[in-house]
Amino acid sequence: MPSRDHAAQQQAVARTVRRTLLALVAMLGFAFALVPLYDVFCNLTGLNGKAASQARAAVAMEIDESRWVSVRFITQQGQGLPWTLEALDEQFRIHPGGQYSARFVFTNHADYPVRGRAVPSVSPAEGSLHLRKIMCFCFQEQTLAAGERRELPLVFQVDPDLPEGIRDLTLAYTLYPVTTPSSAGDDGAEHSAGGET
Amino acid sequence: MASEQPRKAVLQASESEGATAGGAHVGEGHGSAPRGMLRWLLTTNHKDIGTLYLIFSLSMLFIGGIMALVIRTELFQPGLQMVQPEFFNQMTTMHGLIMVFGAIMPAFTGLANWMIPLQIGAPDMALPRLNNFSFWLLPVAFLLLLSTLLMEGGGPNFGWTFYAPLSTTYAPPSTSFFIFSLHIAGISSILGAINIIATILNLRAPGMRLMDMPLFVWTWLITAFLLIAVMPVLAGAITMMLFDINLGTSYFNAAGGGDPVLFQHLFWFFGHPEVYIMILPAFGIVSAIVPTFSRKRLFGYASMVYATGSIAIMSFLVWAHHMFAVGLPLVAELFFMYTTMLIAVPTGVKVFNWIATMFRGSISFEPPMLFAIAFIVQFTIGGFSGLMLAIAPADFQYHDTYFVVAHFHYVLVPGALFAILAGAYYWLPKWTGFYPHEGLSKWHFWLSVIGVNLTFFPMHFSGLAGMPRRIPDYALQFADFNMLSSIGAFLFGISQLLFLVVIVKCARGGVRAPACAWEGAVDLEWSVPSPAPLHTFEIPPQTRDGQIIR
Repeated sequence: MPSRDHAAQQQAVARTVRRTLLALVAMLGFAFALVPLYDVFCNLTGLNGKAASQARAAVAMEIDESRWVSVRFITQQGQGLPWTLEALDEQFRIHPGGQYSARFVFTNHADYPVRGRAVPSVSPAEGSLHLRKIMCFCFQEQTLAAGERRELPLVFQVDPDLPEGIRDLTLAYTLYPVTTPSSAGDDGAEHSAGGET
Repeated sequence: MASEQPRKAVLQASESEGATAGGAHVGEGHGSAPRGMLRWLLTTNHKDIGTLYLIFSLSMLFIGGIMALVIRTELFQPGLQMVQPEFFNQMTTMHGLIMVFGAIMPAFTGLANWMIPLQIGAPDMALPRLNNFSFWLLPVAFLLLLSTLLMEGGGPNFGWTFYAPLSTTYAPPSTSFFIFSLHIAGISSILGAINIIATILNLRAPGMRLMDMPLFVWTWLITAFLLIAVMPVLAGAITMMLFDINLGTSYFNAAGGGDPVLFQHLFWFFGHPEVYIMILPAFGIVSAIVPTFSRKRLFGYASMVYATGSIAIMSFLVWAHHMFAVGLPLVAELFFMYTTMLIAVPTGVKVFNWIATMFRGSISFEPPMLFAIAFIVQFTIGGFSGLMLAIAPADFQYHDTYFVVAHFHYVLVPGALFAILAGAYYWLPKWTGFYPHEGLSKWHFWLSVIGVNLTFFPMHFSGLAGMPRRIPDYALQFADFNMLSSIGAFLFGISQLLFLVVIVKCARGGVRAPACAWEGAVDLEWSVPSPAPLHTFEIPPQTRDGQIIR
C-alpha cells in the first residue's frame, strides 16, 4: 500500500512539475512575443504616434473647408550627430483633405560624411493615424557629405476624418545616427555615438 | 515531554514520539546524517533549508539596511558631504535590489519552506533536492551582485527599476554581471515556486481539501503562481537588455527602431505582480496570527481566499500605473487608473475581515500580535497613499517624488517586514523550543514602530512639497523633513539589532515552549513537538476540516 501511494504521489508531483514548466516556457515566449506585439498594437491603434513612418499614397479627397487644423513641425537633435535639422516652414494652418508641402534643411557641420535618420513622432498620438505622408525624407537614411546642406520636402495630407476635438497636430523629428547599417559602410558606424548605441 | 527535549535548539536527527506514529521510519534515505558545514551544504530537509533562507534574508536585511543608512546620512542635511553622487546612486539602486530580491522574497520563501509542509501534514517539500539547489543559488547571486560595487565603473546606479537606456547605453561595465546575478536569483525563485505548487497540490494530508488549508498556505500557493507567470517576463526583459548592451540590438534604443517605453511596459508587467508577491504571504501570516491571539476563528475564510485570488488576477491589469507620466494615451491612463482603484476593494475585504476576527475576541498582545496589529494599521496607511497615487492626474504631481517613496516603504517595511517579524516571533517557539524573550521583543516592537514612522511619515510631506526621488542633495525647504527621516532611520536600523539578540538568545534557551505554544493556535504545526523534530509527519495524519482526527 504505502509504496503504491508513494509512487502515485511521485507521478502526481511529476505531472505538476511538467505543467508548471510548460507555463513557465509559455510566459518566457510571451515576454519575447511582446516585442513585436507592442509594435503591432501601436500600429493598429496609432497610440504611440509612430504610425506616421510609412509612405501613404496621395488620395484625392474632399477638402473640408469648414475646419482649420494647425500643423506644427519641431526638430530635435539626437545624440552624437554633428548635424542640424531645421524646419523652414514651421507652422501651417490647413484644411483637412488638402495636400501641402513643408521644407526642411539638413546640415552636416562635420568635416566628414555622416549617415543619419530623422525619426518622426506625432502628437497627439490619436492624430498620427490621420496624418498621411505622401513623400518624406524620414522614410530613408540620409548620407550627407562634409559640410553639405540639403533641402528636402515633406508632402502630407490630413484626413478629413481627424477626430473633431483635435485642432493641433505636432510632428516632431529627432535626428539619430545610423548605427545598424542597412547598407554596408564604415562612415555611420565610425562616427556614430560613443558606446553601444 | 519537555524534560526529554535536547537543550540545543539545533535540530537533532533523532525522532520523537509525536512525529512518527508507531515509530515507523518511512523514507529512510540516508545513513548517518552529515554534521557541520556539509550538513548545511547538502541538506534536503525543509526545516534546515527554511533556516538557511531565513538566516540569509536577515543578513541581506542588514546589508541593505546599511546602504539605507548611507543614503540617510547623506540626506541628513542639505549639501553633499558624505559620498559622491555616483556612489549615492549605487547605494539607492543596491538598497532596493537587495531588499526586494535578497531580504523580503527569501524571507517569505524561508517561512514557506519551514511551515508549509508542517501546515499541510507533509513530511517535506515535493522536490527536496531542488529545494537545496534553489537556496544555494541565492548566495551565489548576491555575492555576484555585491561584487559589482567593486568593479571598474562601480555597481548598478540606475535605480532598482533599471530603466533602459540608462541601464543599457549609459550604464557602467558591471551591468552585464548585474543582469547575470538577477537571472540566477530569478531561477531560484522560479524553482522554489515550482516546488511550492507541487507540494501544496499533491502532498496534503488525507482529508485536507484546498478550502481546509491555513491561509498562509493559500497565499503562498497563489504567490507561487504569480512567480511562475512573471519571473520569465523579467528574465526576458533583462535578456533583451543584455543583448542591447553586448550584441548591438535595439530593443530599447530609439535610434535603432526600438522603444525605451517598451522596457517600462515589460518591467512593470513583471514589477507589479512582484509587489503582490511580496505582500500576499504577509497577508497569510497575519491571517494565522490574528485568530490565534483573538482566540476566535478567522472571519470569512472563503472570502479571504477569493480576495487573495482576485488581487492576484487583477495585479496583471494595473502595471502602467507606474507609468502615468510617460506619455500614455488617455484611454490607457483611464483604464489603469480604474483597475488600480478596483484592486483596493479585495484588499479592503481582507482588512475588514481581520478586524472582524478581532471583534469580540479575547485578545492578548504578545509580540506576534503586536506586529500583526501594527501591520494592519500601517499597511492600510500605505494603501491609502497608494489610492492617492492611483488617481492618474494627481499622480502627475506625486510621480517620482518622495510621496511614492513613502507609499512603498509603508507597505513594505511596516507592511511586509513587520509581517515577517510577526511570523518569526510566532513560529520561533516551534523552531527552537523556546519562547523569544518577551521583554526584549516588546522593546524591539516599540522602537521599530517609532523608528519606522519617524523615518517614513515625513516623506509624505517632503514628497507633496516637491522633493524628487533618487537625489543626493535637495533644496533647503526639504531639510527639516529629511532630518527627521534620517533620525528615524538610525533608530529603526539600530533597533533591528535587538531582533538579532532575541533570535540568538532564543536559539540558546529561555522559557520552554510546549507543542502548542500559543493558546488559540489551531493549525497542524502546533500538533508536533517544540522544537519540531527534523522529520515530522512521516506518516500522514488523518484530517478533517483542517484538524487532525484523533
